[in-house]
Amino acid sequence: MTSRRDFLVATGSLAGGIGLVFAAGGARATPASMQQAIGKVVGGSPVRRGKVKLDIPPLIDNGNAVPLSVAVESPMTPADHVRAIHVFTEKNPQPYVVSAFLGPRSGRASIATRVRLADTQTVVAIAELSDGSFWSDRKAVVVTLAACLEEL
Amino acid sequence: MARAIVNVPATARRGEIIEIKAMVGHAMETGFRRTQLGKLIPRDIISRFVCTYNDAEILRAELHPAIAANPLLTFTTVATASGTLTFTWTGDNGYSMTASATVTVV
Repeated sequence: MTSRRDFLVATGSLAGGIGLVFAAGGARATPASMQQAIGKVVGGSPVRRGKVKLDIPPLIDNGNAVPLSVAVESPMTPADHVRAIHVFTEKNPQPYVVSAFLGPRSGRASIATRVRLADTQTVVAIAELSDGSFWSDRKAVVVTLAACLEEL
Repeated sequence: MARAIVNVPATARRGEIIEIKAMVGHAMETGFRRTQLGKLIPRDIISRFVCTYNDAEILRAELHPAIAANPLLTFTTVATASGTLTFTWTGDNGYSMTASATVTVV
């Protein structure tokens, strides 16, 4: 006969397993429009995680002006530099946020701006390096007051 | 007329990486908002920003409606020579704004 403890342990690990599957699926299954927008920028090249650091508050009171910064590890020399930094969102009316084109004269590959976020969602930053490779970072943010919804 | 504010260090050592901040007063109307009567408010945004340093482009950015009102951009450049940085914003409905700042490299 199954003891109460065995049962709880078994269901607990099962629930944990389901949670993990959902979390992993959620991180990858981004809405199609964002994937399409990213596809247009990277043109079929693989996008690897790393090198990029996207900095955005995890909990946002007001989605109308959210400070966002992106920094990429790069020596920024003519031979090895970051060509562009792109930012995308999952659930805004449009996936595009900003595309910044840098070069060796930038000195450091870092930009900061303020963005609008319409919903609790994932924000993605993609860096295009001079060797043609793409690197990314993503952050999940919780938005309490959404941008774009107020009436005039 | 809306105003542009740029922040560039007045002096820098040669080869130093300087931080530049550029902001311009603009509503960045997204084109997704409606009036209380349900009428869509047409899009009116700044779509392009260019910064040149002694006439050489150091940063170009494409902005979208997801950029907050009064767009602010912070970025860096290497102080190579004394000169002028020129900032240009262009956008919908023929919007154009220019600002400049000088840096002295010692």
